[in-house]
Amino acid sequence: MNNELIYVILAIGVGGLAIIMGIIAILNEKLSVSVIAGGVVSLFASILFLLMAAPDVAMTEAAIGSGLSTLIFFYVLNKIKKYND
Amino acid sequence: MMEYLNLGKISLLIGFVLILVGFWGLLSQKNIIKIIVSFTILETGINILIVALGWIKGRTAPIIDDSVEQMANHNVMNSIVDPVPQALVLTAIVIGFGVTALLLAYAMKLFRAKRTLEINKFNDLKW
Amino acid sequence: MIKNSLIALVLASFVFMFYHLYMSYEPKTELSGIAAHYAEHGAAEVGAANLVTAVVVTYRGFDTMGEVTILFLTASIISFFLKLSKKDEDKVIVHRGTSELLVTASQILIPIIFLFGVYVFINGHLTPGGGFQGGAIIASGVVLSIMANPNREINHHAILWIESISGIFFVIIGILGIFLAGGFLDNRFISLGEFGDLFSAGAIPIIYSLIGLKVGAEISNILNRYQKSQKES
Repeated sequence: MNNELIYVILAIGVGGLAIIMGIIAILNEKLSVSVIAGGVVSLFASILFLLMAAPDVAMTEAAIGSGLSTLIFFYVLNKIKKYND
Repeated sequence: MMEYLNLGKISLLIGFVLILVGFWGLLSQKNIIKIIVSFTILETGINILIVALGWIKGRTAPIIDDSVEQMANHNVMNSIVDPVPQALVLTAIVIGFGVTALLLAYAMKLFRAKRTLEINKFNDLKW
Repeated sequence: MIKNSLIALVLASFVFMFYHLYMSYEPKTELSGIAAHYAEHGAAEVGAANLVTAVVVTYRGFDTMGEVTILFLTASIISFFLKLSKKDEDKVIVHRGTSELLVTASQILIPIIFLFGVYVFINGHLTPGGGFQGGAIIASGVVLSIMANPNREINHHAILWIESISGIFFVIIGILGIFLAGGFLDNRFISLGEFGDLFSAGAIPIIYSLIGLKVGAEISNILNRYQKSQKES
């Protein structure tokens, strides 16, 4: 019983933070802040997968969604910066 | 009140709200990079939704080792969560990454052609 | 103004649909249908301890082959799109100079990262892990080596050969399953061995290793193309 309550409180905390970072990603004006906020949403989703007893999915989401996807965004932002500033 | 403190229902709610946030960003933003970021948030919300549908209270991960064998009298069927939605989400995450990489290659080519990233300026195909 | 009200209308209809779905949701209390069959007979029929691996590689092996095809298509389209012109290929990327910390640390970390990636996909049937995770970890190692030296040339022919041979052998093992065992991508033509060993579960370690190498090579190719596109003017 106590174990379940700890999981539920953790899930509410992580989920609330993920939604707030999602709203920050859309409303902010700088592009680099948006991209990093998108990566953090993926990281919190990976923690939520682990709380729901799915370790395979958590590993895949952390490696691909949070790591490699954010990296590709930064390559594109580098090309754009040379012509905007 | 106590029946709402269920991990499955809370994760379902988080998935629904992330899908709404992703759709709102997709429809209202003007910069192409922000549209692609909203797309990745939408994908993440859908994946959380699918895994949350397969969760069963009080059970553990679908890997047969010592903890599962101790749980329910060596009966595997009563001690693991549903493994089928997890297999589907594994495929979906990798395909979502492929779609994001393709969208960003298109965005780079569009920027090279017109030196701007607002979608309102690309009206060559409008009649 | 019209645009904002239309967006609000679309979002309100989504909220209406989701509210009805959420209110009528009853959490499940036991496995039912095909998941019960996988849980009860999975360990005996397939021999793998990780049930998600058993579902992805043998019970739903055809979907995995479709996903590998989609990744191959994505990698080839990106290679086509980001092709450099002849005069851009000989340029050198001008950068501020990578820090010595990164260069020294990458020489120690890259073999360890590759070893960890190979460990994850070889033990896919015993612990959480598998081909896709291992392939992503190997691609991260390749990206670290590109970042330490932005002008490094990755051997294109090696990546091409690894990817093509892994794909061909994946299909050949599937066809061997038709002749020697139950059906396409059946893993019982090699003996199942003892439950929990490294060399158990028939052909699953071989299939997952091939998938891991193929996914790692494809993602490294995509990232290398993005790096090379920094050269063009």
